[in-house]
Amino acid sequence: MTLPQTVPFLGWSWNDLLFLVLATALLGTALMVVLGRNIIRSGLWMIACFATLAGVYALLGTPLVAAAQVLVYIGAISVLILFAIMLTQTKGGPAALVFHHQAWAAAIAAVVLGTLLALVVTSTEWPLAGEYAATSVRAIAQLLFSDYVLPFEIVGVLLLAAVIGGVFLAKRDEPRDEPHGERPE
Amino acid sequence: MSQSLDSYLALSALLFAVGTFGFLARRNAIAMLMSIELMLNAVNLAIVAFGAFVPSLRGDASVIALVVMAVAAAEATVGLAIVIAIYRNRRTPLVDEYTQMRE
Repeated sequence: MTLPQTVPFLGWSWNDLLFLVLATALLGTALMVVLGRNIIRSGLWMIACFATLAGVYALLGTPLVAAAQVLVYIGAISVLILFAIMLTQTKGGPAALVFHHQAWAAAIAAVVLGTLLALVVTSTEWPLAGEYAATSVRAIAQLLFSDYVLPFEIVGVLLLAAVIGGVFLAKRDEPRDEPHGERPE
Repeated sequence: MSQSLDSYLALSALLFAVGTFGFLARRNAIAMLMSIELMLNAVNLAIVAFGAFVPSLRGDASVIALVVMAVAAAEATVGLAIVIAIYRNRRTPLVDEYTQMRE
């Protein structure tokens, strides 16, 4: 069974429909992350947001980046953040006040920033931009291990440093520091 | 629409703005870190979009996006470790109660 060339009744191409669906889902889930009252639900919406973004990467013809998005963000960072949420849950459940008192100013700033950025990028002529084309995994691999081999190694060292730093920062202090933990609130 | 660079860049700009709002407005330190992740993702989307549409950047953009992802993972590790260390000390994840340096 083959799909028709365009979406029935609408006349769009399938990629346009996919882009619209993914863009709506991406912004919707991002808003749920930011606006949700319950922080665990925010974390779960963030996983959905990362998954949608992986879909956008696949639509852009970079399957390797999409796979890395799923592995790194959904597989590692989301789990890390969910664990951190569970470690820092206060007994009284989610805080009554989710936002600062100055959240309205932040909202104005974000709306202005978003419209400004969107206007600027859409009104700019990109002279080098050509036709859309997919990126082959082979080309990425050859670049990664020839031109970009030094950044690749540096990233490896950075990840090692981050692991050591994370363990050092998150490990419990020695018992001699215990009296400090009981300072009056 | 899916064949134009502008639509992807506009999507990336809007995602970045959502992340900015979350970072500025949320009180929970972990929610702020999640907003930073949203902003990093928005930038990554812009990089990959340029890579898909600019022929001279085709492979490079993907490599840079992968590097950004690795740096984001390192940032999340250290950031969350700092948040947990502060939480252990102050017993709250809300940043507006971290007033010790002001007092």
